[in-house]
Amino acid sequence: MIRPDAPVLLEICDLHARVEDKAILKGVNLTIRAGEIHAVMGRNGSGKSTLSKVLAGHPAYIVTAGTVTYRGQDLFALTPEERARAGVFLGFQYPVEIPGVSNLEFLRVATNARRQAKQEEELDTFAFEDLVRERLALVQMDPAFLDRSVNEGFSGGEKKRNEILQMALLDPCVAILDETDSGLDIDALRIVAGGVNHLASPDNATLLITHYQRLLDAITPDYVHVMASGRILRTAGKELALELESRGYDWVDEELAALELA
Amino acid sequence: MAVRSPLLDWRDRLLDALPAPVGPLASVQERGRLALRTLDLPHGRQESWRFTDAGRLAGLSPQLPATVPAQGNHPATTARRSTLTPAPGGIDSEALLTLVIPAGSPGSDPLEGVELPPGLSRLSAAEVQQALGHTLGNTGCEHDWPVELNHASASSLVALRVGGRSRLRLALQFEAAPGLQAHRLLLILEEKTELELSQHHSAVAGSLCSLVVEAHLGRGARLDHGLVAVGTADAAFLAHLAVEQEPESRLTLVCASGGWGFSRLEPHVHQVDGTAHSVLRGLQLVDHDQLADTHSRIRFSGPEGQLDQLHKVVAAGSGRSVFNGAVQVPRAAQRTEAAQMSRALLLSDRARIDTKPELEIVADDVRCAHGATVSSLQEDELFYLQSRGIGHDQAAALLKRAFCEDVLRALPVPARAWPGLNALLQEI
Repeated sequence: MIRPDAPVLLEICDLHARVEDKAILKGVNLTIRAGEIHAVMGRNGSGKSTLSKVLAGHPAYIVTAGTVTYRGQDLFALTPEERARAGVFLGFQYPVEIPGVSNLEFLRVATNARRQAKQEEELDTFAFEDLVRERLALVQMDPAFLDRSVNEGFSGGEKKRNEILQMALLDPCVAILDETDSGLDIDALRIVAGGVNHLASPDNATLLITHYQRLLDAITPDYVHVMASGRILRTAGKELALELESRGYDWVDEELAALELA
Repeated sequence: MAVRSPLLDWRDRLLDALPAPVGPLASVQERGRLALRTLDLPHGRQESWRFTDAGRLAGLSPQLPATVPAQGNHPATTARRSTLTPAPGGIDSEALLTLVIPAGSPGSDPLEGVELPPGLSRLSAAEVQQALGHTLGNTGCEHDWPVELNHASASSLVALRVGGRSRLRLALQFEAAPGLQAHRLLLILEEKTELELSQHHSAVAGSLCSLVVEAHLGRGARLDHGLVAVGTADAAFLAHLAVEQEPESRLTLVCASGGWGFSRLEPHVHQVDGTAHSVLRGLQLVDHDQLADTHSRIRFSGPEGQLDQLHKVVAAGSGRSVFNGAVQVPRAAQRTEAAQMSRALLLSDRARIDTKPELEIVADDVRCAHGATVSSLQEDELFYLQSRGIGHDQAAALLKRAFCEDVLRALPVPARAWPGLNALLQEI
């Protein structure tokens, strides 16, 4: 939902970042307003996932230049946990398995950390169980997964549902979903996309990182960005995703070469 | 002039300070004291003490055995008796019975005046005479130095026979006191009996807790034994757990310990005629400049025995952890299946971990696996938790707890619930 007067939630200006000695992001610019759904597409290695990790504060990704302002605040002044508590959510492409940490306990601690930041009352074990069971329905997840360790032994689809369950509990302002569609069958994709659509509101924003049009059939983006060589090369409406689907990425390479020559 | 080692001085002071032999173990004490005078002290040239400096015993503060209570002069404890508390609902087969064993009281009978439930009985003097030391001998550790130390000083004994067909649940809580506290436990599980045993040891400043357990599992018997030992920086824990298993018996032995300035735990299991199942789980936590050592030995003397062993270590500060896991599979032990895994979580550059599997396999038709890993907290796991708003320290605490969880989960419920262990996990 595009509203030019909606408040800016996230503003990325000339962002550069590296991993070890390798520069990955080379000047990303992006403005996300409340109510908007953005999709970032691009080849493998174009910098999409790096962008998501940088925004969430992964310590292996070093910002070398540029700024990111989140609801008027310097995002890089915040630790990863402070960003999450402030409402930045990263849905992982490969959710991490943590044997020995109960999924239910993890979800409760995380939810209460966010609620505390929003100055809401923390939930005790019983109140939280009520809430989590209600949110489970959104992603059609078996409650038995609550009793298991975080993501341990989950299938690819179950892990992604668990990510969206976390999103539903944490109620983020900006959700960055990194290849949430990877590894999903058609039914799981429909369920996950349904969850994302349900959680989208005029007050929050979603940044989808994906390779494929099929996710965008289920979640309609307001903007589609094509990323290449660490920059956003082109931005348009959802028709850009269709063009990518039919033409592939070769023309992106040509545009990039022309840009670099210029 | 040769310099006497501090440990030698310590031993001599100990032997001089011990009260006269007393109680049902008087003859054992006499033999132990004699052995202790002649036995080589543990030192680094002995393979089993290569990484472990037993001289730490001499450095305990306050100096041991200065606080060893002489016979009859420990008014706080001499008059005290063990108490047996049945769980709500009374003494029945499935209820948990908690036996609190007071410190001190040389020569006293910890079971005096205690009414035991059906299926659990005290061993008679004749049975004790016959059985005591049998399992230590059969597991090859009756002359180990910590065992002789226990022999020399332990004056009382908990000796129980498990009979009947019901599963018994018993919790033994050993009270802590300064000075040397030596405990001896003898268990005979008759055929097809089942016992769940939770055992808890704690410490006060200057404690030296010496423990020797002998357990004989009859054919088809089952023992689920959880030992939780939580100490302090100036206390030491020395324990031998000797278990003999008849065919078709099942042993689950879970030991969780930490907080001791110095600890040495030696589970020795002997499957006397094969076709038994042994599950060993160990967790030792070291921090500051603590030293914790586990030396386990499992011997298969018949075919088709099974072992599933997991030993875990969390090492922080300048803590030092030693694990030596011996598995002996002689020719008679064909078709043995044994798996041993050692996993260590290293939380500091100054902590040190020495881990050594020691597989002696002569039989040719066996499956014996072993492995060892040392890792630190995983950055990706920490980041995942942090990305959900969980602070770094809380995330690290969750991961440390998670690392220990598969050992803790194997403890009997009462042992898992003892607060000392959880407090320790939060501190490390």
